[in-house]
Amino acid sequence: MDKEKKPYLSAKGVTKSFGFGRQKTVAVDNINLDLYEGEVISIVGESGSGKTTLSKVLLGLINQTSGDVYFQGVKRDISSQARKREYWKNIQAIFQDPFSSYNIFNKIDSVLLDCINMRGGVYFPREKKTEMMIEACSFVNLKFEELTNKYPFELSGGQMQRLMIARIFLLQPKILLADEPTSMIDACSRATILDELMHLRKEVGMTIIFITHDIGLAYYVSDNVYIMEKGRFVESGAADDVILRPKEPYTQRLINDVPKIYEEWDLSTV
Amino acid sequence: MKHILQQVFRSGKFVTGFSIFMAIILIVVFYPMIITDAPLSIIGQGTFFPPGIYVSVYDSLSSTTYILNLDDATTKRITNKLNDEDRVSIKEWLVAAGIPESEIDTTDTQKLLDQWFTNYDSQKNVPGMTNAKRNYYVRLNTALKSLLSPEAAAVMQVNPLNNELEQIGTINQTDYVNVGEVANIRILPLGTDNFGRDVLTELVSATRVSLQIGFVAGIIATLIGLTLGLLAGYIGGFVDDIITFITNLFIVIPPFVLLILISFSIGQEQRGAFTIAVVIGFTSWVWTARAVRSQVISLRNRDHVNLSKLSGHSIVHIILNDILPYILSYVIMAFILQISSGILAEAGLSILGLGPRTTDVPTLGLMMNWAMIYQAHILGNWWAYMPVLVTIALITFSMNLMNTGMDQIFNPALRD
Ligand SMILES: Nc1ncnc2c1ncn2[C@@H]1O[C@H](COP(=O)(O)OP(=O)(O)OP(=O)(O)O)[C@@H](O)[C@H]1O
Ligand SMILES: [Mg+2]
Repeated sequence: MDKEKKPYLSAKGVTKSFGFGRQKTVAVDNINLDLYEGEVISIVGESGSGKTTLSKVLLGLINQTSGDVYFQGVKRDISSQARKREYWKNIQAIFQDPFSSYNIFNKIDSVLLDCINMRGGVYFPREKKTEMMIEACSFVNLKFEELTNKYPFELSGGQMQRLMIARIFLLQPKILLADEPTSMIDACSRATILDELMHLRKEVGMTIIFITHDIGLAYYVSDNVYIMEKGRFVESGAADDVILRPKEPYTQRLINDVPKIYEEWDLSTV
Repeated sequence: MKHILQQVFRSGKFVTGFSIFMAIILIVVFYPMIITDAPLSIIGQGTFFPPGIYVSVYDSLSSTTYILNLDDATTKRITNKLNDEDRVSIKEWLVAAGIPESEIDTTDTQKLLDQWFTNYDSQKNVPGMTNAKRNYYVRLNTALKSLLSPEAAAVMQVNPLNNELEQIGTINQTDYVNVGEVANIRILPLGTDNFGRDVLTELVSATRVSLQIGFVAGIIATLIGLTLGLLAGYIGGFVDDIITFITNLFIVIPPFVLLILISFSIGQEQRGAFTIAVVIGFTSWVWTARAVRSQVISLRNRDHVNLSKLSGHSIVHIILNDILPYILSYVIMAFILQISSGILAEAGLSILGLGPRTTDVPTLGLMMNWAMIYQAHILGNWWAYMPVLVTIALITFSMNLMNTGMDQIFNPALRD
């Protein structure tokens, strides 16, 4: 990566703690991170290491206890509803658990319509909106006709998560935070979803923060890797350096936990 | 939504509760269409007429008489006239006269009378008997004899021409009138109350007013509780602190005490049924607010709310679309509970004499209050208060049953 360039998104000393006194948990502890345009970084750590918390802070969904987040070189200001909206046009997310990502009382069409509206398509004619939704669905190999007027609980987890990718396709954000998008999905859908995600990246030219507990996956998808342990980054650098020549025992342990079968995977589209 | 309703109506408990409640509503709606009397109109001169069919004596006289010769008519007449006290007195006499106690059966009227007439002697001196008691026995004897005599009763009327009493007819013991032919009869299924008002008509009207009080109180309490709970839970921070402070204030002062104080300070004249409902509503939102708040807190960090935020929705949109539907079933259950507790609160207040003013409409609580003040429970006038108690119990029972039914559907872990 070209280190001369200004980082697109960066975190400086970001800390997030929950609770007070003896119950205090420091979920994210003094994190520094630079994300450059067009790159894919991975944040790898075991369960409970604070990956989701960090991603929510970066998204502006929860406030950090201390530290700052810089966006496009300036300190991020999301103090008002309008500014938040503006920020979220640039940064979007796919959450860990597709089953809890949907409002079960809304038909899934509304999820996609919200995206069109957010991209300034409120007054588009109905046909155009439908056309856009069809296109987004077919991008992730879903048939819009089969999904329209259905409720989220009528879909499989894989379909839900692919619909989340379709959502990103419509929103075309600059940065995508993918928080273990495949961890709740069966192994078969997993590869397809990763495929589609990377395809989307090529298509839209997004910068991606890929969060995973699976260091093998991180190796294949990312340029830079950050290893997270108990809220801290213990090791970071280019994927090849970190994963092929790990310095920290924690990283070594994460690598050893990866089942060998991943190495035979064909992710040629990545 | 539709299939949730279907599920709810498949729950036996809910359906039972709902049916009872609907039956009450239907009665309350249709009864006044059939019996159009004003519920508080005083029809009886005197207090606590027992339930029954009231036949106009005057109209009976002018109705066609039919002669029926029935064997047991006399016995029945005497059975009816002879009250329990008289029977015990007769027994006392007979025992004093030397009849073994085991041979006396106060429930067998015919045998008792036979024993009486063979043994009674007005001259006989029973030791320890007061003069008053002796006179009582003489009176009792005469009354029984006249009942047994086959003489007819004469019907007399004052002749307006000469101001003299003239006999215009006789009534024999075998004379009957057909109730259907008597011009005026009034059925009082639950008798009259202390003011001489038809208890059933009053009860139906009271049920309607009490339900209205419950609904108004429930709507107010639920709206306040829901709004405060949503705001405190979703916005959090300073707003939450203030709302939680107010809520805690209301929790340390028991709502019923507050209710009594407010009700008392409003004054009897200002306390209409609606005012009371509003006061009840304003003092009973606390638990709804607390429960909604804690539910919202657990919801506001859910991913579907986060996604809605990321989709650029406003706070209002998120509260209405992403939070409210998730707690709606709970809110409905709380609402039903508020209605039934509102009805109970009104009853409690009225029993203490702090309910709605007593002049315009009856309520279930007021009926209890009247019955208590006029000592219906001591006098044994059960019809003045039992039906009210049963109505209150049925309403709260049906509503709680509906709630339990819904609870088992919305929180399946409780299902047995
Ligand atoms: N809202 C919260 N309140 C209190 N503690 C929290 C909260 N959210 C997260 N935590 C704590 O912060 C720590 C990090 O949680 P986080 O969800 O970020 O982990 P994670 O790395 O995403 O784990 P996983 O791989 O299981 O998703 C955990 O110890 C968790 O208990
Ligand atoms: Mg997580």
